[in-house]
Amino acid sequence: MTDLLWLVIAMPLAGAVGLHFVGRLLKEPLAGWLASAAVGGSFVVAAVLALPFIQGGEHAEVVQLWDWMPAIGARLEILWDPLSALMSLIVTGVGLLIHVFAIGYMHGDERYHRFFANLNLFAASMLTLVLAGNYAMLFLGWELVGLCSYLLIGFWFTRKSAAAAAKKAFIVNRIGDFGFMVGLMLVFTTFGTLSYSGIFERAGEELTTGLATLIGILFLVGAAGKSAQIPLYVWLPDAMEGPTPVSALIHAATMVTAGVYLIARSAAIFELSPVAQVTVATVGALTALVAATIALAQRDIKRVLAYSTISQLGYMFMAVGATAYVAGVFHLMTHAFFKALLFLCAGSVIHAMGDRQDMHEMGGLFKKMPVTAITMGVATLAIAGIPPLAGFWSKDEILASSFARGGWYSALWVIGLVTAFLTAFYMTRQWVMVFLGTPRWEGAADPHESPRVMTVPLVLLAVLSVIGGLANTPWRTGLEHFLEPAFELVQLQHPPEGFWMFVLLAGLSVFAGLAGVGAAFLTYREPRESWRGFEEGFEPLWGMWEHGYRVDDVYGQVIVAPGRRAAEGAAFGLDLPLIDGAVNGVARLVRELGDRARFLQTGFVRNYGALLLAGTITVVIWLVAGT
Amino acid sequence: MVDAGWYMGLAGALFLIGALGLLLRRNALVMFMCIELMLNAVNLTLISAGRALNDLTGQVAVFFILVVAAAEVVVGLAIIVSIFRLRATASVDELSELRG
Repeated sequence: MTDLLWLVIAMPLAGAVGLHFVGRLLKEPLAGWLASAAVGGSFVVAAVLALPFIQGGEHAEVVQLWDWMPAIGARLEILWDPLSALMSLIVTGVGLLIHVFAIGYMHGDERYHRFFANLNLFAASMLTLVLAGNYAMLFLGWELVGLCSYLLIGFWFTRKSAAAAAKKAFIVNRIGDFGFMVGLMLVFTTFGTLSYSGIFERAGEELTTGLATLIGILFLVGAAGKSAQIPLYVWLPDAMEGPTPVSALIHAATMVTAGVYLIARSAAIFELSPVAQVTVATVGALTALVAATIALAQRDIKRVLAYSTISQLGYMFMAVGATAYVAGVFHLMTHAFFKALLFLCAGSVIHAMGDRQDMHEMGGLFKKMPVTAITMGVATLAIAGIPPLAGFWSKDEILASSFARGGWYSALWVIGLVTAFLTAFYMTRQWVMVFLGTPRWEGAADPHESPRVMTVPLVLLAVLSVIGGLANTPWRTGLEHFLEPAFELVQLQHPPEGFWMFVLLAGLSVFAGLAGVGAAFLTYREPRESWRGFEEGFEPLWGMWEHGYRVDDVYGQVIVAPGRRAAEGAAFGLDLPLIDGAVNGVARLVRELGDRARFLQTGFVRNYGALLLAGTITVVIWLVAGT
Repeated sequence: MVDAGWYMGLAGALFLIGALGLLLRRNALVMFMCIELMLNAVNLTLISAGRALNDLTGQVAVFFILVVAAAEVVVGLAIIVSIFRLRATASVDELSELRG
C-alpha cells in the first residue's frame, strides 16, 4: 500500500504543472477546485496510509522512488514514519482548507490560475521536504519551498513593495541555507552518506560532541532562516505583501515550520550536543519574547499576525531545544490550526474593508461579519492559551517541559511565561480593535460577511482549534504514543509528573493568558482617545516596538549598504574598466594598428612596384649571403 | 665562344633598365614594355647558363616563360584598353581609387 505514497507528492505537482500550462483555458473557479482536489487527494492518501500508525505499533518504512545521486546516499526516497505522516497530514489538511478559502479570496484576479499553480507547487515542495528519506531530498524540498515563497509573496509583482519583499525573503533564506549546506557537508564527510538510515543509527558512535555541536548550530542557522528566528526573521513581516492565503499557508502553517521539523528530524544528532540544544532553546525563547513585544504595537492587522508567528515559532524552538520534541510538534500542529484561521479571518476582514489593513481604522465589525468575528475570537483564545482550547495544551506542555528540564531552561520558562501574557494581550488587542467598539471607518468601506466558500474553512479550522488540543493531554498522551517510533533513538523531555505540579504550572500559564486577555479587553474596549493615550504612555518603548527595534534599518546600514558599495565597486571599479576594458582594448588595438598601417595603401601602382622590388632585392641578398 | 659572363652582365643590365623603367614611367604601355624587357632579360640569363653548363634545362625553361609572357601580355593589354576606353588616360597615377 505504501507504494502509493508517491501520489502524495505527485498529485499537487501534476496540478501545478497542469495549471501552469493550460490553466488559462479554465474558467475561474475551476482552476481553484482542481488545485484543491489535488491537495485533497494527497490528504486522503496520507490519511489512509497513516492509519497503521494511529493503530499503533507499525514501524517506519522507506519507499524508494528513483535513484538520483546514489553515490552520496541521495535517492528520491520517502521515509514514512509517524512524524512525516503527521507533517503531511497537517500540510495537506490545512492546505486543503486554505486552497478552498482562496477560491473565494482570489476571485477576480487576472492571474487566478497561476496563483493556484504556485500554491500546488508549494504543496508538492513542502511534501517533498517532510517525506524525504535523506537530507538531499529534504534540501531539495527546502529550496523549492523557498522558491514558491518568492513566487507567492511577489504574486502581485507590479507592486514594488511586493517584489522587494519577495527578494528579501529569498535572500535572507539563502543566508540560512548557507549554514545548512555547510552542516550537510559536515554530515556527509562524517557519515559518507546523506541518507537518514545511514546517519541516525550511527550518530552515537561516529559523532564527537564537538562535531555534533557544530552540525547542530549550522542546522540551527538554516532553521532560523526558514523559520524566522533571530537574527533571520526580518523577511516574515515583509512577506505579508503576499495574498492572505499565502500568508496563512506558507508563513503560518507550513513552510515556516520546516526549521522545527529539521531539528526534530535530526534529533539523534542534537542528542549528542547539549550546547546545541541550549542554543536552539535560547534563540527560540528570545525570539518569542522580542517578537511578542513588537507585535504589541503594530497597526497592520497582518503584521501583528506575522510577528505572532515568529513568536510562536520561538516557542517551538524552545521545545525542540529542550528535547521535548513531541511538545514542539504538538504546538506546530495546533499553531497551524489557529494561525491559519487567524490569517484567513484577517483576509476576510481585509476583503470586507476593501483591501485596507490598518486596525486603527476598523472597529465595530462584529455585527457585520459575525462568522468571521466568532471564529477569529476562538482562534484568539486558542493562541492565548485559554483551556480547553488547543493552544493551551501545546503551549503548556512546552512551558512545563522547559521547567522540568531545569537549570538554564527554567530561566527560559520565565521568558515563555511573560511571552504568554504578551501574546494574550496583543491578540486580544487585535480582536477588540477590529470587532468591538464604535466603527472608525465612516462609510469608507462596505463590510460584509464573506461567501460560504470562505467561511466554511474558517469554521472547520475553528473546530480544530477547539478540539485539537485533546490530541495530547497529560492524561491521554495520544500524540506522544503516535510519535514514539519516530523518536526511538532519543530521550524525550516530559513535563513534570504529578497532578499538583500540573495544576501549578498550568495555573500560572492560564493566569498569564487570562491576565493578558483581560487587560487588553479593558483597555481597548474604550474609545480611541483612551487607548491611544495608553499606547503613548509607553513611549519611547512603544515607538521602538512599533518599528521593530529598527532592526531593518540596522541591517540596512551594517549589511546591505556595505554590500551594495562592494557590488558597485566590483561592477564599476573592476568589471567595467578591467574586463570590459580588456575586450574593448583589443578592439582598440586592432584599430590603432590599422590606422598606422594605412599609409602603405596609397593606391599608386608605382609605389607597390617599388615595394615589390625592394623586397625582392632583400630576399636575393639574404639568399646570396646565406650560401 | 664569348665568355658566358658577358651575356649574364647584359641580361642584368637589361633587367635593371626594365626595373627602373617600370618604376619611373607613368604610361601603362611603357610599363608593360619594361616588364617584357625584364622577362626577356631573364630568358637571356637562362640560355647563357644553359650554354655554359651544357644543360638543356635552360632552354626548356625559356619556352615556358615565353608562353606565359605572351598570355600575360594579351590579358594585360586588354585591361589597359578597357581602362583607356573608360578613363581616356593611360597614366597609372590617375588610377589610385584603391587607396586605404
